[in-house]
Amino acid sequence: MSAPKTLFDKIWDAHLIDESDDGTCLIFIDRHIVHEVTSPQAFEGLRTAGRKVRRPDLTLAVPDHNVPTSDRAAGIDDEESRIQVETLDKNCQDFGLRIFGMDDIRQGICHVIGPEQGFTLPGTTLICGDSHTATHGAFGSLSFGVGTSEVEHVLATQTMIQRKSKNMRVTVDGELPLGVTAKDMILAIIGEIGTAGGTGCVIEFAGEAIRSLSMEGRMTVCNMTIEGGARAGLIAPDETTFEYLKGRPMAPKGGAWEIAAGYWKTLKSDEGAKYDIEVTLKAEDIVPQVTWGTSPEDVVPITGAVPDPADESDEARRNKMERSLEYMGLEPGIAMRDVKIDRMFIGSCTNSRIEDLRAAAEVAQKAIDKGRKVADHVDAMVVPGSGLVKAQAEEEGLDRIFIDAGFDWREPGCSMCLAMNADKLTPGERCASTSNRNFEGRQGPGGRTHLVSPAMAAAAAIAGHLTDIRDLD
Amino acid sequence: MEKFEKLTSVAAPLPIANVDTDMIIPARYLKTIKRTGLGEGLFANMRFKEDGSDNEEFVLNQPAYKDARILVAGNNFGCGSSREHAPWALMDYGIKCVISTDFADIFYNNSFKNGMLLIKVGPEELDLLMDDAGRGANATVTVDLEAQEITGPDGGVIKFEIDSFKKHCLLNGLDDIGLTMEKEDKIASFEESHKAAQPWL
Repeated sequence: MSAPKTLFDKIWDAHLIDESDDGTCLIFIDRHIVHEVTSPQAFEGLRTAGRKVRRPDLTLAVPDHNVPTSDRAAGIDDEESRIQVETLDKNCQDFGLRIFGMDDIRQGICHVIGPEQGFTLPGTTLICGDSHTATHGAFGSLSFGVGTSEVEHVLATQTMIQRKSKNMRVTVDGELPLGVTAKDMILAIIGEIGTAGGTGCVIEFAGEAIRSLSMEGRMTVCNMTIEGGARAGLIAPDETTFEYLKGRPMAPKGGAWEIAAGYWKTLKSDEGAKYDIEVTLKAEDIVPQVTWGTSPEDVVPITGAVPDPADESDEARRNKMERSLEYMGLEPGIAMRDVKIDRMFIGSCTNSRIEDLRAAAEVAQKAIDKGRKVADHVDAMVVPGSGLVKAQAEEEGLDRIFIDAGFDWREPGCSMCLAMNADKLTPGERCASTSNRNFEGRQGPGGRTHLVSPAMAAAAAIAGHLTDIRDLD
Repeated sequence: MEKFEKLTSVAAPLPIANVDTDMIIPARYLKTIKRTGLGEGLFANMRFKEDGSDNEEFVLNQPAYKDARILVAGNNFGCGSSREHAPWALMDYGIKCVISTDFADIFYNNSFKNGMLLIKVGPEELDLLMDDAGRGANATVTVDLEAQEITGPDGGVIKFEIDSFKKHCLLNGLDDIGLTMEKEDKIASFEESHKAAQPWL
């Protein structure tokens, strides 16, 4: 009998085309998602070299980073943004690729639409020129975020050159307490391992708390794997996965579904499989999380306070902490719950799916019931992840709840997660955000970001300051 | 791709951990369909003040480091977004080599594909190089890829490890799409057996 394998080993082995003596591997890529920001130079490279797209049938394109989230009838105001979106259209036409254009109801954030369409499938290899490609790992798809050179490489050859990463497993045992979400779980994990904790690794997420998550929750966890520095995140597919995928437009149908599902059920780590690194957390210990600094590892429980750099012995880390606090305009020792906010953003490939919107809308409804609304000094925007998420939310009446509670209900796209379109913070503005990065200037130059879950974001918008969602009841 | 063999230059110190790619080049500079000209946005939020003028305190704006082509940076340099605009911006500005204790994976791969050398050294060696870099214009550092050596201003030598495939591509300026295309037979035969095993894909 062969040695027990991890889930990562199994998917890797099933895609290995060639391995050199020095360990450099060539692997086959089953799925490729292309967006407008990291692809123009790749298509230009193909043109210059006279190369074609090897497998147009395995590629799906969508504009998301630059698209406006306000009324789109007038097109895109910003010339450079418009050129990028138009260039993607033209490249797809020239190279024969499927694209969900800005006016297509299926348009949305690339990491929302792949799963939504059933383009993302268990056991596949998937790449996209975006670091949050890790999201698709929620389906047991080995998914890598790459740069433009690798986008071009995959377009030209449908393969990727890579050394095999190490196996890391993060197990979350037990049951999450009430009010604690997948977002809090992944922030707590990053707080534990650090932003470079997963460097060189593929992380498999396991344990009862992970298994109990919905697909939306699993996507939130895998999405932020990159914030822990890992190459990819993976969760073994199970009935929850199959139930989500069945009937999706691009998922296999009929007899093909049965055969595929039979194979997918084998996609789990073998008993006794070896991991290079193991980390275990107890779900019961996790409380709602919030970031205080400018790296996702700068995270504390909402019940905590801004840490003091004086307590940090490592000089480089102390420098970074001091720099972060100055940037964030925070003093050590301030209770996180006392931090006043100016803006709130619900959206991004981390938290813009239907379940995220339901969680936020529930908080908004409670506020309405108590005669409350978004605080006067707070501007709160809700940006659904795709046209289909938006339509479903509207069918469920969530848009009305948001609007009645004083939130701004918008069109789908990446929006203020990275401020490439018109949605951005102005210098000094402080935002409770469901996105994935609190880097300096991420949501606009000088903007200050606190990462939280959708429910925590909505609660902060209503309270006017960061707040513990558990205090609402 | 441009070859990288040997480089002698002043090294600029950037003793900050977790320098992310949003810091290296903010998103507003990504609205381009070209690979060139991105040096303009390099470290923009640190290099320039709000009114657009130079921030004199930022290391690359200091006269001693105007011609620096090597950067010595804190741990986990290049974390965050996969934007290849980060190495494009560094290269376009003139930085051809970054030395740190570790780099984020995607940034590491992206850099080598553009002819930029990233060198990983131990924490004590980084401290040493950071001190050297801090000495400014007269303290030049030489990086020799073939020999896998960094020679400091006082003649001290630090050896470094590097993946043999990446070294080969960098020394010879090789485009790896061309190399992969030479394996077309292997790709085609894999594709056929993969299709048979997973016909639903």
